[in-house]
Parts: sequence; C-alpha cells; structure tokens
Amino acid sequence: MSTELIAWPRAPESSVPFVERLHGWVTTVDHKRLGLMYILYAMVFLLIGGIEALIMRIQLAVPHNNFVSPQVFNRLFTMHGTTMIFFVIMPLVFGFANYLVPLMIGARDMAFPRLNAFSFWLTAFGGILLYFSWLGANGLYGAGNAPDVGWFAYAPLTSRTFSVGHSTDYWTLSLLVSGFGSIGAAINIIATTLCLRSPGMTLGKMPLFAWLNLVMAGLVILAISPLSAAQIMLVIDRYLGGHFFDTQAGGSAVIWMHFFWVFGHPEVYVLVLPAFGIASEIIPVFSRKAIFGYPIMVAATVAIGFISMSVWAHHMFTVGMSSNANTFFVLSTMAIAVPTGIKIFNWLATMWGGKIEFKAPMLFCTAFLFQFLIAGLTGIMQGAAPFDWHLANSYFVIAHFHYVIVGGILFTFFAAFYYWFPKVTGRMYNETLAKLHFWLFFIGFHLTFDFMHIPGLLGMPRRIYTYEPGRGWETWNLIVTIGVVFQALGILVFIVNLLWSYFKGKTAGNDPWDAWTLEWSTSSPPPAYNFAVTPSVKSRRPLWDLKHPEDPDWRYE
Amino acid sequence: MSAAIITMPEPEVQWTLPSRGRVAMFSLIAAESAIFSIFVVAYLFYLGKSLSGPTPKEILRVPIVFTICLLSSSITIHLAVRSLQSGKLGAFTRWWFLTFALGAAFLAGTAIEWRHLIYDEGFTIQTNLFGTTYFSLVGLHAFHVLMGLMALFTVWLLTLLGNVKREHAERVDVLALYWHFVDSVWVVVFLVVYVIGR
Repeated sequence: MSTELIAWPRAPESSVPFVERLHGWVTTVDHKRLGLMYILYAMVFLLIGGIEALIMRIQLAVPHNNFVSPQVFNRLFTMHGTTMIFFVIMPLVFGFANYLVPLMIGARDMAFPRLNAFSFWLTAFGGILLYFSWLGANGLYGAGNAPDVGWFAYAPLTSRTFSVGHSTDYWTLSLLVSGFGSIGAAINIIATTLCLRSPGMTLGKMPLFAWLNLVMAGLVILAISPLSAAQIMLVIDRYLGGHFFDTQAGGSAVIWMHFFWVFGHPEVYVLVLPAFGIASEIIPVFSRKAIFGYPIMVAATVAIGFISMSVWAHHMFTVGMSSNANTFFVLSTMAIAVPTGIKIFNWLATMWGGKIEFKAPMLFCTAFLFQFLIAGLTGIMQGAAPFDWHLANSYFVIAHFHYVIVGGILFTFFAAFYYWFPKVTGRMYNETLAKLHFWLFFIGFHLTFDFMHIPGLLGMPRRIYTYEPGRGWETWNLIVTIGVVFQALGILVFIVNLLWSYFKGKTAGNDPWDAWTLEWSTSSPPPAYNFAVTPSVKSRRPLWDLKHPEDPDWRYE
Repeated sequence: MSAAIITMPEPEVQWTLPSRGRVAMFSLIAAESAIFSIFVVAYLFYLGKSLSGPTPKEILRVPIVFTICLLSSSITIHLAVRSLQSGKLGAFTRWWFLTFALGAAFLAGTAIEWRHLIYDEGFTIQTNLFGTTYFSLVGLHAFHVLMGLMALFTVWLLTLLGNVKREHAERVDVLALYWHFVDSVWVVVFLVVYVIGR
C-alpha cells in the first residue's frame, strides 16, 4: 500500500503563542480535541483516584493501623468509587468514542459538535464540583468535607439528619451535572453512528467498536436517566424537605436502592461494552484474521444491552426481597452470562490459528480475556442468591468488581492507549516500556485482586477502616497492599512512556499495524477535517480491500 | 492513500441515512421517558403510603379544561408544521402561536392549581409523601412544558423576524416531536395522578 499522502500545509504548533493555543483547546468543537480532553481529564482523575486507593491500602496493610482516621477512610472509599466510575472510566469511554467513532465510520465530526463540547464541559465541571467538596462542603455547620456516604449513597445515610453540611449535596449535584453531560454525549454518539456513516457502510459493515459504542450510548440513555431522576429526588429531599427516602414519613430506603441499581447495573455494561469494542478491534489486527462471527458479536452485544436492564436487583439479595424476585434476578443474571460467553469464544476463535503478534496492545487484550473470564465466573458465584447471602458486603465483592473494572475494562483501555497512540500523536510508543508497564501492572493486579478474594471468603467486610489481628486476614491484606505498589509503578512507567514517546518517539506513519478500519487511512495525527475525500466502503474491512484488490472482503460478506 | 480511496468502486446501494435531528430527538425523548418513568414509579409506589393527610381524593380537582388545552396543542403544532412544509408562512405563524397560547394556558392552569393547593389547602411538597411525589411529578412535567414554551416562543419570534422559511420545516418538525412528547407525558401523568391515584 502506498503511504503517500497529499501534503497539507501545517503551521508548526510551537510558533503559536501559548494563550492562543489554550484558547483554541478551550473553545474547540473538534471531536478529536474533545476526545483527547476527555482522556487527559480521565488520566488526571485516574491518578487522584489511584492515590486514594493507595492511602486506603496503606491503612489496611496491617491490623490496628492508624494511618488515617475512620472519618477520612469513609471519605476516601466514597471519593475513590465515585471518581473511578464517573470521572475516570466514563470520560475514558466517551473520550475514545469521541475520537474514534467519526474516524472509523468515515465522518468529519460528530453529529452535533457544539453539543459535544457542552457535554464535555458538563462532565469536567461535575468532577471539579466533586473535588471542590474537600474545601466547600463544610458550609456553616463545620461538619464533614468530602462525601462519606459510599458511592451508592444508601438512604437514610444521605438524609439531612445523618449527613449534615454539604458533602452529600456535592456528591449529588456533581453526578447530576456530569450525568447530563453523559446523556448529551450518548445522544451525540447515537446520532453520529446512525446518521453520518460514509457511503456503503451499512449497519452490518460498521466496525464493531462503533457498534458497541452505539449500544453503550443506548444504555447510557436508559441508565443514567434513572440516576439523574433519583438524584433530583435526593435534592428535593435535602433542599425542599421532601420525603422520597425519608423512612420517618413513610418513605422507603429500599426504593433508593432500586433506583440506584437500575442505573448501577447497566452502568457496568456501559463501561464494559466499549472495552469489548476495543478488544474486537485489536484482537483481529494482531491475530491477522478478520473477527470471528461478526453478526453474532453484534447480536450478543444487543442481547447484553437488553438483559442488562433486568438484572439490577442482584445487588440487593440481602435486602430481603421476595423469593420470586430473588429467583427472577438470579435467572436473568445467569442469562446475561450467555451472550458474554459467546463474545469470549468469538475472540478466542479469532485468535485460533492466527499469526498472533504479542505487541503491548495484544498483551493487554489477552490478559483481558482471561481476567474478564474469571471476573464473570465470580460474578456467577454471587449471582446465585444463596451464595450471595454469604458473600454480600465482603471483600469478595470488592475483588469481583475490581476484576471487572481493572482486569477487564482498564486493561483494554491500556491496550487502546497503545494501539491508537501512533494515530493520535503520529509517533510510536516505546515497546519495551510498554511491556514493562504490562508486566508490572499485570503482576500488581493479580497480587492485589486475586488475593483480595480470600479475606472476603474469610468474612472480612468491605468499608471497614481497620481490623482485629488473629482472624487470618493479615497476610492476605499485606499481599494486597504490596500488589498496589506494583500497579502504581506500572502506571508510572505508562505515563513516562506516553510523555517520552510524545516528544521523542519514532515517527509512526499512517498505518503502523497494517490495520483495516478507516481511521488508519488518514494521516497521523488526522487533520481537522479527518478525510479530504469522503471514503466509501464495500466491506467491514475497507483497508483490506484496498491493500488486497485481488482478494477483497466484499466477495465473501 | 487518500487518493487511492477515491478509486474504490462506488457502492451500488442508494445511500440515504436517517435525519440526525430526528434521531437525536428520539434519543432525548427516550432519556426523558426514563426520567419520567422513575418519578411515575415513585408516585405509584407511594400511593396510600402517606402517614398523614391529606389524601389525593380530598384535595385534587381534575384539570379537564387545561388538559384539553394541552392535548389540542398537539393538533395545532401538527397543522403548523404541515403549513410550513407547504410553504404557507402565514398559516404557520398563526397555528404556531395558537400552540404557544394553548401551552401557556396549560401552564397557567398548573399555576392556579398549585396556588389553590398551597395557599388554600396548605398542602406543600413537605406535607406528606403524597405532596412530595405529586409536586415533583407534576412539577417535572410543568418544567418540560416551560422548556417547550420557551422553544416555541423563540421560533415564533424568529418567524416574526422573517427568519423561518420553508426549508426549516424539518428542524421545526423536530421541535414539534418534543412538544408531542410533552403532551403524551401529560396523558401518563394525568392517568397516574388524577385517575389511578385518586
């Protein structure tokens, strides 16, 4: 394939004054810049949330530790959870979707560029509001600073009586604000994928990454909206003296749980579907094979989308629902394992017989496959109500969902960082550092989260700030904390690699991976208008057709 | 590379895609429906669970006239869009203003109802669970009516200034979708609050 490009004159960035460049970024409506801003924003919060986790692990490393007070510990786990879900993974999801979906479908921008910028700034403002609580939440009461009600903020902890000051208000309002940002971004993604595809790209030829983001956006609309509604109710309770979650006036604490988990469980799939999308792009390229079972992958994704709306109460088996409700949610939870299992088999079948190249993105995706499988299996364990009665609220649960979110989602996002780094910056990352990052993080991840299951099985509850010696938890907790050190080192190497490669990396060219989707057909980094000529496609792998005119894909699809 | 893409064969299929305005509005309507669903569920769940009075039967009066106002505004906005599509600007302006007036009448109706409840009956959002759920559900809907009215009014002003032409029919139609949604939500709210809940 010819790598020749029409040379577009480009003013050297460094000649533009800093203030003007900053102004350009702040006022931008370009999907690529907004995408990068989402991602950088998520990186900053990843560091903050990671430091919170580190402090908690230091506190729990040995029994009877006094590194932080119980009050601070409550704030730390609340802020860590809220940050990681809403201000790390969500912005990562939207950042990659923003940057890549228009490029992959051959469009020049998102459907609504200004709405896109508005959504980003709402999300950004939400995160700043949450962290401003450290300073602002004292109010006139002199009580509390950061939110300390846990990331799902069960009633009646959030009522005025039990949460004086403004800490819970900051939590509520920041999620409300960023929630509206997410809904805006989701509407934009749906309109983009449905209305801006380049000629010839029917829905059946759309790259899987775009497909999964389409389903993700649908889920955001159906999941974040209930959360926003519940937050509005909480605001009414706290500011207008309403009684939605006020048990003293006949209100129900359980209905908050329902409203929260109606959001909370689809949210897991909001986060994991884009990760599936990333894996579905990277695994074929590094196995040198087309994805196995494309239509089934799409069908499984849509099935996951539907079923995920009906599994929420498996977070609530210990609340005391009727046995009919318990049975229903056990069965639907088991059912959702089926389409997810189909996906894992399809990725394995894609790798089967392929010429696998274990570059950093592929390493992360391979680890994702195994780790996500284990996360799914422990999920099924807890999906069975009787077993869940033993495990609920223990460290087993914490280990399970960190396996999903770190082992599944974060690993694929690391893969995405490396895979698309040459496209975004025009430079290749350092493979040695990337592999070092992988192994450090991989070892750290397994030290932390494999061994975290065990104190959970031994009965260690979540959210305790310290524990008694002699219950058999000490060794496990120490190993878990040691794992965090490895993870932190891995992240450090990751950041060094990104920075070093951005300034000093080798020029990558437009298509370093010999890949097949449209984003690799434009220059690296892509020009503001993405494609000088709107591409038209005939198959799922337009670049394969281009590179192999003698054996194009559209003959077989 | 970009040059090579041009040489790719033209696809045989006719390439038409859905309108992004309509798709986005339907997505927004889906999101709004989810928000309303949660409030409706809360309303139904808390029916008869208030620990103190008053009950809906004691104080709620069914706003039939204002309901007719709002529902008929769906017809007038439809006629307005139809007029614009066939280029009859005068008819469009008149139907559009009538839609705005009917919507405003409905909002005034809600205001009168609330004034009666708050000042005559002493019934507020703090009174009991019924008050909390009633004022939030009806208030959420009234808020959407208000948003719709602001949009309707903006379009009406732009029409008077001569900025709305036949080619804007599609955009106006997207706004009309939102207004239809606001009306159909009222059907649900009306059924839940004044029929089932009373």
